[in-house]
Amino acid sequence: MYVAVKGGEAAIQNAHRLLADRRRGDRNLPAITLEQIASQLSLAVDRVMSEGSLYDTGLAALAVKQARGDMIEAIFLLRAYRTTLPRFGYTRPVDTAAMLVERRVSATYKDLPGGQLLGPTFDYTHRLLDPELAEDAEPAAPEARSEAEEAMPRVSDILANEGLIEEDGSLPEDREPGDITREPPEFPMERDQRLQALSRGDEGFLLALGYSTQRGYGRNHPFAGEIRIGEVDVEIDVPELDFPLTLGRIRVTECQMVNQFKGSQKVPPQFTRGYGLVFGQSERKAMAMSLCDRALRANELDEDITAPAQDEEFVISHCDNVQATGFVEHLKLPHYVDFQAELGLVRQMRREYEERREGAAADTERREAAE
Amino acid sequence: MVSRQERQAVTERRREAMAVLAMASGADLMQLWNEAGLPDEAETLRGPETGLVTVRGRMGGGGAPFNFGEATVTRATVKLPGGEVGHAYALGREKMKVRVAALIDALRQQPDLEARIEEKILAPLRARRIEADAIRRAETAATKVDFFTMVRGED
Repeated sequence: MYVAVKGGEAAIQNAHRLLADRRRGDRNLPAITLEQIASQLSLAVDRVMSEGSLYDTGLAALAVKQARGDMIEAIFLLRAYRTTLPRFGYTRPVDTAAMLVERRVSATYKDLPGGQLLGPTFDYTHRLLDPELAEDAEPAAPEARSEAEEAMPRVSDILANEGLIEEDGSLPEDREPGDITREPPEFPMERDQRLQALSRGDEGFLLALGYSTQRGYGRNHPFAGEIRIGEVDVEIDVPELDFPLTLGRIRVTECQMVNQFKGSQKVPPQFTRGYGLVFGQSERKAMAMSLCDRALRANELDEDITAPAQDEEFVISHCDNVQATGFVEHLKLPHYVDFQAELGLVRQMRREYEERREGAAADTERREAAE
Repeated sequence: MVSRQERQAVTERRREAMAVLAMASGADLMQLWNEAGLPDEAETLRGPETGLVTVRGRMGGGGAPFNFGEATVTRATVKLPGGEVGHAYALGREKMKVRVAALIDALRQQPDLEARIEEKILAPLRARRIEADAIRRAETAATKVDFFTMVRGED
């Protein structure tokens, strides 16, 4: 129950003033700039863009700064901002095969066209804290190697030639892709709607669910067929021009998970796939997304649904961290009237309980006396 | 009479020019624009205004399309005193950049200005992008794994 509660204005005002001061931190230090956040904490900015579902590095950096580094708060800020902007339309699907690749690895093929490109990765670092970074040492400039441009076909296209892997997912030709920001979710969902929900879903939640499938809760034997990070062109058709317009480029991470599949009545044994596509350099998220995408295809592939990661309504309804934090955190807002009502109810139930107990005790006494 | 092929070539040049402008950094474009000294007189028909586009991908990379997030986009439409209408769309929120891009799109339609815009603005922007991409590719290429096989055993 909600009722209007008055009072607290001055306290709120002062709390927000205090927040602004604490956010500023030690005033003897220079304030951090948005450019510094965007360029030096770029993976934090990428996560905020991906889960905030808005590609804009400047706004995401502002959100990180305003939220004092609280990622979910920053994501919330970005989502709220999104709702204030008009929508111009839907882009053409981005072509990840034509990506300006910054990293590309495959755990299934050693020698693949275009090669394995490690890019700026944490992999193979020793995860030892680096005291040099604490002292602002300037790193060496990156090594460069001029090479002839080589096409980098997606690994899934290579495997497809043998017919041992399912094709890229298809839906009816005339289907307009679902948009969960426009239509309220209804279950069961189509895969396009699930992918949209997963792409902006909470990294931690999807990571845990993906991990659960590896540990046996809906196991599907995954291999990282390919992970690629880089920039793709974004194009759109607009009514005023009769050709597609290039809007610019965005950085995305794509993960093609390849999974074993024993086949079903209708389908011969083959590899199946899970797909991940997220804004920015967000490899863990893209991998977790592809594991969840594959697990959620259980129904389509005639698999028994036995684990949380395969339960569409469970996963999709709980993967959005803005919704989740809204409902969890609302518990701290005043529930005084609610609680008063509950208190009255518990008091009454307690009275009735005591009365029953006293009544039963009196009965027993009477019976004993009679005997 | 303008042949169909010529019309297509004109359209393709315009499309490419708009792509170059959209991908340019605001600072680069403004610098070249100011140096080029082109006429700045135009009526603004729309914007510059910022909104969203919903970005689509394809499941599995090449399958059915799906929406995976939004991006900020700024657009503008201008009309020159001579009647040419220019449009511009670009990711981000740089209103000055997009207004200038729309102006350039309109000015390009004047035959005597097309070559000058190509030389003073588009060619340098294209060159900068190609150079930046080449550096990025070379830095990535240096992280390529060169596998070698270790010989094991006696035989």
